[in-house]
Amino acid sequence: MEPYYLTVHELEGLLRAGETTSLSITEAMFRRIDDVEERIHSYITLMKETALEAASASDQRRREGAARGPLDGIPVAVKDLICTMGAPTTCGSRFLERFVPPYDATTVEKLRDAGAVILGKTNMDEFAMGSSTETSYFGVTRNPWDLERVPGGSSGGSASAVAAGECIASLGSDTGGSIRQPAAFCGVVGLKPTYGRVSRYGLVAFASSLDQIGPLARDVEDCAILLTVIAGHDKRDSTSLSAPVPDYRDFVGRSIAGWTVGIPREYFIEGIDPAVAAAVNRAVAAMKDLGAECREISLPHTRYGIAAYYVIAPAEASSNLARYDGIRYGFRSPGERELLDLYRNTRAGGFGPEVKRRIMIGTYSLSSGYYEAYYKKASQVRTLMKQDFDEAFAACDVILAPATPTPPFRLGEKTDDPLQMYLSDVFAAPANLAGIPGLSLPCGFTVNGLPLGVQLLAGHFEEGKLIQAAAALEKALSAEQRRPAL
Amino acid sequence: MKITEDQVAHVAHLARLNIDEKEREVFTKQLDDILLYIDMLNSVDTTDVAPMTHAMEGTETFREDVVRSSLPVDAALANAPDDDGASFKVPKVIE
Repeated sequence: MEPYYLTVHELEGLLRAGETTSLSITEAMFRRIDDVEERIHSYITLMKETALEAASASDQRRREGAARGPLDGIPVAVKDLICTMGAPTTCGSRFLERFVPPYDATTVEKLRDAGAVILGKTNMDEFAMGSSTETSYFGVTRNPWDLERVPGGSSGGSASAVAAGECIASLGSDTGGSIRQPAAFCGVVGLKPTYGRVSRYGLVAFASSLDQIGPLARDVEDCAILLTVIAGHDKRDSTSLSAPVPDYRDFVGRSIAGWTVGIPREYFIEGIDPAVAAAVNRAVAAMKDLGAECREISLPHTRYGIAAYYVIAPAEASSNLARYDGIRYGFRSPGERELLDLYRNTRAGGFGPEVKRRIMIGTYSLSSGYYEAYYKKASQVRTLMKQDFDEAFAACDVILAPATPTPPFRLGEKTDDPLQMYLSDVFAAPANLAGIPGLSLPCGFTVNGLPLGVQLLAGHFEEGKLIQAAAALEKALSAEQRRPAL
Repeated sequence: MKITEDQVAHVAHLARLNIDEKEREVFTKQLDDILLYIDMLNSVDTTDVAPMTHAMEGTETFREDVVRSSLPVDAALANAPDDDGASFKVPKVIE
């Protein structure tokens, strides 16, 4: 049996029983990548040599009875804005095409310490700015379920790699939906943790008050396994919080009978695709069968989410991306004789159009005379959005809502209209603004075979509840084991 | 119009981005669309609402100011576009 569509916990069982080895699984993954990568393009960089070494080391540990836990020997992929020492970390940008970090991100260090085998770095929208993986300098990623459609973004490669069997699980990052939206588009599970749950050290910054690293995987249990490994306080990230990290896997299989599930009426807007609405209704029915009470709630400021997000995120980005000046690392415009020209031409040549657009929006909204009207106003609306969620979670255990307004759209469909692209994250961005955790779970297919997702949200640091509800729902939906035709 | 081509040129200068005429035209249109959309925030009553400055409360932490080693010079220069083995090289700044 080929291992590439198995889960972390299935492979863990096989490894523990001595029925396979990490090396044989890892070799099979690279054969799979050889077969399908040309059509999908999930990866920017493959790390075959170090992966095979890590797999052999894992097998050695296991032979000596020193296996490190559920991830030991499991092949994973990492989004290409999470620093890997000795392996390029491009952020999907020409600017960092040749950038090789001198250190590992904390999450990468934790993966390596847990014995995971890192297969490579996945494709993404440039600096995580996009919802389709079409803004990558290294070319588009295609949706494994329909090669003419986008995988979502910005963690499109991390989602497509899981969906196409090019890795077992992966890490992505979510600033305004960048884990949950591609997970929904590719038919996999994606979890954005509470802000501060996972260290951002070594995550290349886009919008520092919103960014969070999280797992994408084939099922909820695998997400729980990965989250348990990567979560926790890190003294190198002062925004990471020291709440204790439970074994999130313990929440899988527990009943949610008697729970209250909030269904926010503002998420069923005009323009929502009927197939998406039908999928959410199936999930609501399944929750009721599980003994949960589903109750309509209101999150009145939902409709302002994208507007607030597109002030706050670009403002933070314009500041964070000031570091790309062509002096210490990355691209430099050749032959410049004046420092100002060097800056201006380096940044003009190193960044693609979407990144420039966001830097411009951010610079404008922070510029003299506009701060109050834009950044301050958006930050006040952000407070109101967080209060909406606080009130909701006083009465609900979790919230259930659509993950995206539509199934995956076609390549090129929204590239000329940035605003339409932004609106594809209308259901995802509020969780980032409020700092709460969210999870996208597969929930069937359209008549044309495109994956659909539902989203679950919980209060701050309630990842346990999120996993408990999602695992119960996943089992109740008993999602058919459909695979993309590749 | 929320933003003019001149303002876009000024913002590009502030952001140290060299943009050509075509980009200026396209960005003006696109930024205008986006700023018009963002205008909906003005319909929210935010009287006496404090702006949210931290994603999570309690994230202001302090540590002792302890001297520790930093990246060695060769590692710090490994990604430099231009260096002389000890420093980053840049165009002449002072006449």
